[in-house]
Amino acid sequence: MPAPIRLRELIRTIRTARTQAEEREMIQKECAAIRSSFREEDNTYRCRNVAKLLYMHMLGYPAHFGQLECLKLIASQKFTDKRIGYLGAMLLLDERQDVHLLMTNCIKNDLNHSTQYVQGLALCTLGCMGSSEMCRDLAGEVEKLLKTSNSYLRKKAALCAVHVIRKVPELMEMFLPATKNLLSEKNHGVLHTSVVLLTEMCERSPDMLSHFRKLVPQLVRILKNLIMSGYSPEHDVSGISDPFLQVRILRLLRILGRSDDDSSEAMNDILAQVATNTETSKNVGNAILYETVLTIMDIKSESGLRVLAINILGRFLLNNDKNIRYVALTSLLKTVQTDHNAVQRHRSTIVDCLKDLDVSIKRRAMELSFALVNGNNIRGMMKELLYFLDSCDPDFKADCASGVFLAAEKYAPSKRWHIDTIMRVLTTSGSYVRDDSVPNLIQLITNSVEMHAYTVQRLYKALLDDISQQPLVQVSSWCIGEYGDLLVSGQCEEEEPIQVTEDEVLDVLEGLLVSNLSTPVTRGYSLTAIMKLSTRFSSVNRIKKVVSIYGSSIDVELQQRAVEYNAMFKKYDHMRPALLERMPIMEKSSSNGPTEMVQTNGETEPSALESKHPPPVTQPTNQANDLLDLLGGNDVGPVIQTSMPTKQASSGGELLDLLGDLSLTGGPTSAPVSTGPPPLPGFLLDGLSSSQNLFNDISAAGIPSMTAYNKNGLKIEFTFERATPNPNIAVITIHASNTTDADMTEFVFQAAVPKTFQLQLLSPSSNVVPAMNQGTVTQVIRVLNPQKQQLRMRIKLTYSHKGSAVQDLAEASGRVVWEPDPEHGVETP
Amino acid sequence: MRFMLLFSRQGKLRLQKWYVPLGDQEKRRLGRELVQTILGRKAKMCSFLEWRDLKVVYKRYASLYFCCAIEEQDNELITLEVIHRYVELLDKYFGSVCELDIIFNFEKAYFILDEFLLGGEAQETSKKSVLKAIEQADQLQENIDFQMRLFPAPS
Repeated sequence: MPAPIRLRELIRTIRTARTQAEEREMIQKECAAIRSSFREEDNTYRCRNVAKLLYMHMLGYPAHFGQLECLKLIASQKFTDKRIGYLGAMLLLDERQDVHLLMTNCIKNDLNHSTQYVQGLALCTLGCMGSSEMCRDLAGEVEKLLKTSNSYLRKKAALCAVHVIRKVPELMEMFLPATKNLLSEKNHGVLHTSVVLLTEMCERSPDMLSHFRKLVPQLVRILKNLIMSGYSPEHDVSGISDPFLQVRILRLLRILGRSDDDSSEAMNDILAQVATNTETSKNVGNAILYETVLTIMDIKSESGLRVLAINILGRFLLNNDKNIRYVALTSLLKTVQTDHNAVQRHRSTIVDCLKDLDVSIKRRAMELSFALVNGNNIRGMMKELLYFLDSCDPDFKADCASGVFLAAEKYAPSKRWHIDTIMRVLTTSGSYVRDDSVPNLIQLITNSVEMHAYTVQRLYKALLDDISQQPLVQVSSWCIGEYGDLLVSGQCEEEEPIQVTEDEVLDVLEGLLVSNLSTPVTRGYSLTAIMKLSTRFSSVNRIKKVVSIYGSSIDVELQQRAVEYNAMFKKYDHMRPALLERMPIMEKSSSNGPTEMVQTNGETEPSALESKHPPPVTQPTNQANDLLDLLGGNDVGPVIQTSMPTKQASSGGELLDLLGDLSLTGGPTSAPVSTGPPPLPGFLLDGLSSSQNLFNDISAAGIPSMTAYNKNGLKIEFTFERATPNPNIAVITIHASNTTDADMTEFVFQAAVPKTFQLQLLSPSSNVVPAMNQGTVTQVIRVLNPQKQQLRMRIKLTYSHKGSAVQDLAEASGRVVWEPDPEHGVETP
Repeated sequence: MRFMLLFSRQGKLRLQKWYVPLGDQEKRRLGRELVQTILGRKAKMCSFLEWRDLKVVYKRYASLYFCCAIEEQDNELITLEVIHRYVELLDKYFGSVCELDIIFNFEKAYFILDEFLLGGEAQETSKKSVLKAIEQADQLQENIDFQMRLFPAPS
């Protein structure tokens, strides 16, 4: 058989191939030749064949049939064979291969070879890709070589030890004795690799770390010599002596000085020296400065040194070399938390980096800018950030928008500014805004009560311009649904009110429903908004028509909503105003994300309403028993689950109860608590999800109401709501009604609570309780219960009835504590 | 360092040194994707990028891209110096190195790299020492009369 072609020949041939197919053909032919040559166990040409195989492997062709051949080459006596064999092993025989372990014996022998270059090959292979088993077997050999006086081998053994430790951390101990004199070496190669080894050991073991702390003075000395010594041609790089070693020493010093005052003290001077003396005209010098800065920031350095470090970073920011700028931004991002003021000084330079062409730099600059925003610089910074948002890549927009919202929320100087900022983001980058921003924004808008008119006007105008950006459309339709009345009445104070008719508004909302730019979610929003307007606008018939059309929509979600809204027009029309009432101020949920969406379940709603019908509250005779029953007894009993009713059915039921007490005739009654502060619904709104549900509007009383007093025709009922974010505050609304045939005038309600509570009584709706249940007097009591005790309240009533003054005392008690528990509904006893 | 790749402007791999154990398929896939990402970058962009969960440092020398994936704690700027040192070594060895030298003598490129880096870290910071070691190893190779004899290792 003719001699296999030489490697270079093959390379040349393959390169002449003009197509991929041609190349493949050549390769297959050669592979076949190589395979038969391997089969013949040809020692002479094995090396050449494996080399060719490695070339073909690099081109992307399979070469696994050469694995065993590599092993044979390694075992050969010829240096040429070993060289190619080990190369092949490193390329083809990684630890995942079955035959990997077969190398172990060969490597072991070669580690003890008489020729240092063979030993070097073995050390290199072991140190690059030895498996854990192999490392375990050969660690002893490596350790032996670590102690040799041959610096060529010693340096390789050190890095091989690093690999062994990475693979088998338990073996670290065994290398400890050999590290004794490593730093006394003169040879830079050994020094460098020793420092790497020491670094690895210190990073992995706190014991090693404390043990090696004593090396700090020696390291400082070595570093000093490198800086102070004259020109050394062998290690010089652009005028700096062995920058690789300098950087590694600085890194080791960082680890050693990290939480240790003494070590940090000992390295202070040298760090200052390096920081001030290093030549910065070339990348090399900057590399060393960079490492120095990282070390200074990480150890317990004195403040002067830290300021020096930040100033170096500041200078880096102005460097023409964008790599340096990138590195500076990265480091500043790491230090902005700890040295905030120092970094603030460089704010304008950082903001300039937002305009850089490089993507990585822009991203870093953006992150850093957000970290630097505070109450003082918010206006200026936001201007820059918004400008950046307009022009940045789409990948950034989502993050930038979220960052803008967060910053605006934290530091907004005024509500108007806040709304304007949100508007700007929505109109320019509306489609990139994250989904969870929509509920957060809605909450924000709701809470800025005085800005409602302005907000809805601006959002309406934005909708007229563009309906393609879904988050913007969703927020806008929600707002129009809520505040449409303000829009048409032209109440805006902040800017020139626009003239809008109800029909125009409905046109826009209906337009959203039919547009194919709108997603199903958006359609849901607009349908709900249209429905809400039925109580705010007068063109109810038009709305009824729209709603009934969508009752047969293909989209199940829309269909369901439309059917329910239809039901509201027909059967539950008396409830409609209350249900569609203006949304009260929401609490910010402690988790920032939307919690479980409240499910509308059209079918269960009516039936649940029916089941709720017998109101559990009017048992005039067994009043005390009722109290105990309702409120769970007076001993340490389970706290009433007054959490978010996850079925609207129950909240519908509650409402029915409240209304049922007053008048069962079904006429639209104003919600009984309209005189006090708006009813606070509680958990239903702890996180609006995108499919905004109508029934969130309902004031869901967490605890069922109770009759506190019922005597002589005067009935006082308590209804409970959760107030502000403070779970210790109970808001009790009393409803006083009069079943006698004469009014009760000069009605005064007073209450007293034990010392552990605090009471706040707001003004009553009136002091005349009309006769024959023609109306109620309501009054709001806020009770603070920090110790979460059982509430006991003493009530004193005074009024004039039929000419005579009446006075009475009563006591009410019960547990009134809220625990948020979205899984359980309200339990009605 | 996790790995080093050398590739041409057309995306052809000229050298790949992996210091982490990965399957063959994975290496090919990773390599291909990273190469495409880097080739897609404009000339004026900085030499560092965050790709997947890696820090990548790359530099172009004539028609060859030298690309390293480094650890989180590694210094990017000094990695540029490492790359430069390797190029200098190749240059000294081949005498004004060009891509063709590396294509036709890929195994030598590997040998030089293995004398400069071991397990991803620099083992020798002196240019002279690295080149001397290569030279002597080459001599060993060429000396076909020099037969390895099975001596017991000197203690």
